[in-house]
Amino acid sequence: MNMQQAIKMTAAETALVDAYTTQIGDLPGDGSVLSVRDTLVHELRTAGLPTRRVESWHYTDLRTLLRTVPAADPTAFADRVEALVAGSTVLSVRNGHADLKGNAPEGVTIRSYTDSLLDGSAAAGLAVLGSDDAIGRINGGLVRGGLELAIADGTELEDPLEIQLVQSMGQAHTRFPVSFGAGAKATVIERHLSTDDGESLVSTVNDVTVGEGADIIWIILQQQGVADTHFGQIRFDLAKDAKLYLFVINAGGKLVRQEIHGKTSGEGADFKLRGINLLGGESHTDVTFTLGHNVPHTTSTEIIRNVVFDRAKGVFQGKILVAKDAQKTDARMACNTLLLSDDADLSSKPELEIFADDVQCGHGATVTDIDHTQLFYLLARGIPENKARAMLVNAFVAEIVEELEDEPLVEALEGVISTWLVKHA
Amino acid sequence: MLEIKNLHARIAEDGTEIIRGLNLTVKAGEVAAIMGPNGSGKSTLSYILSGREDYEVTEGEILYNGENILELEASERAAKGIFLAFQYPVEIPGVATMQFLKVAMNEQRKYRGEDEMTTPDFMRRVKEAAAELKIAPEMLRRPLNVGFSGGEKKRAEILQMALLEPKLCVLDETDSGLDIDALKIVADGVNALRSPDRAVIVITHYQRLLDYIIPDTVHVLYKGQVIKSGDKTLAHELEANGYADLIEAAA
Repeated sequence: MNMQQAIKMTAAETALVDAYTTQIGDLPGDGSVLSVRDTLVHELRTAGLPTRRVESWHYTDLRTLLRTVPAADPTAFADRVEALVAGSTVLSVRNGHADLKGNAPEGVTIRSYTDSLLDGSAAAGLAVLGSDDAIGRINGGLVRGGLELAIADGTELEDPLEIQLVQSMGQAHTRFPVSFGAGAKATVIERHLSTDDGESLVSTVNDVTVGEGADIIWIILQQQGVADTHFGQIRFDLAKDAKLYLFVINAGGKLVRQEIHGKTSGEGADFKLRGINLLGGESHTDVTFTLGHNVPHTTSTEIIRNVVFDRAKGVFQGKILVAKDAQKTDARMACNTLLLSDDADLSSKPELEIFADDVQCGHGATVTDIDHTQLFYLLARGIPENKARAMLVNAFVAEIVEELEDEPLVEALEGVISTWLVKHA
Repeated sequence: MLEIKNLHARIAEDGTEIIRGLNLTVKAGEVAAIMGPNGSGKSTLSYILSGREDYEVTEGEILYNGENILELEASERAAKGIFLAFQYPVEIPGVATMQFLKVAMNEQRKYRGEDEMTTPDFMRRVKEAAAELKIAPEMLRRPLNVGFSGGEKKRAEILQMALLEPKLCVLDETDSGLDIDALKIVADGVNALRSPDRAVIVITHYQRLLDYIIPDTVHVLYKGQVIKSGDKTLAHELEANGYADLIEAAA
């Protein structure tokens, strides 16, 4: 038997492992769950956090970037906030504690994820996606709660479902397995907020299956505080003719990694990713995306818009894999960036891996400053420079928000964007 | 209203001198046409008047209502009533036309210490002005200048001019790319704005536009200087004989 060479753990690695060992008697889970947790934490202890030598973490050297980990405080409870869009059904998760009170809309079954940990049904889902899945590992080791949602076949939700994750200081690790039945139609808003300036570390893993012909909009809106670390991962699987429109907005956090890993499993499936990263201060924000076009006749488009101020650093990694049998795949990926300061930085790494021979695939990336002709046009109409600049930055991202075509939602998201810009521009 | 004295200016980036000792006076109520061959500095003059930073004034001054405006930002000049109708209006995807109009009108009012317009007032004024210029409401629902035809873009410029009510209007080759119907609509729009307290500078290559916007004075620009000034008959002479004689006489 080989003894793995133990690495010298960083303060953050030690804190994460300690978070596990100190809570071990208290973390929910039956024997099968505990054994998965043990494995995950053992891997964390032996392999450590990923460094730039791990390909998928090349631009986000987590071992260097994650310096401290705040202690978990099981007594802390943040206050809930108003729904982003009036009339939404709000599922409140405060400091990782899911609130099951309140009525689920018709056709929606809600179950506590803690119960699934306790009865062991969650064990299989805790497996990591690969040896580089640091988020899956941290989350799987420490997850305490969340919600399992099942949307019945044919359910059409009129109002958005808001999963509201509010965090004060400390840690929270949550999971949301969600299944949309055949023909379901819904808008889900996954919203991450912090209520104070205390340092927090949160991780969330969502496992989403979209049934045949279902049509789903899923918004991830991350607005955490300037001292916060956010690890998000959404996994999805699209059945025949299923549509998923995933919209990711990062407008907060100090160290952020949002992973998106999906696959198409049924012909006619269509995936759209739209991403807006509003980056400022000293933050580091990484959006990493992989999509497997696994069967013929599936389509996807990905558009990422980055706005980078100050000394912020942004990363977009996008990888589209087209399987050998996945003929007639149509996939287009674009990453456009406005760099607004000399110290701002953005790394973009689009990749296509195509094994089929009859496909349409493309990717492009641009990095620009504000267009001076456009700026002069606004100035020449009497709009002062700071306002004109804000309008142009806003326009750069508003273009893709408007695509949503749901007026209250578009308005709410435009509000988030303009509030952020007023604060940072 | 406008006095340009011995103006010298160059392109900031490479130092190429474009305006070389230009003198021009335009009175309130006057419509002045500026004509001249390609490369004579006509568009540059319009950009310098409106405050584009790509040009550097090295000598001379521009007095607007007695005030030297060279130190003012482009947005301040606009708020003080200088309007440039662009030769190539700029497309700005993501900025809604109505939002742009409202921000521009209110920012100018704010600068002048006036109250912001109410939304109903604003809507009413846009509707009226758009109808005069035969601008369809659908056009105003599009992003600024995006997907507008050449004629629509020019009409949108005149709409902005009508709404912002400037005191000094500079029209930079507003006739380029217009068919005769569009030209008439644009000219009518400009003529409607003629008033004793407003001056208009019409920059053009051709006499054609001046058949519809009758100028009080005509100035010929060549190599960055006004080489001849006259009344509207000068434009007809140029149309008949071209610039060659004038240029020779000036040389």
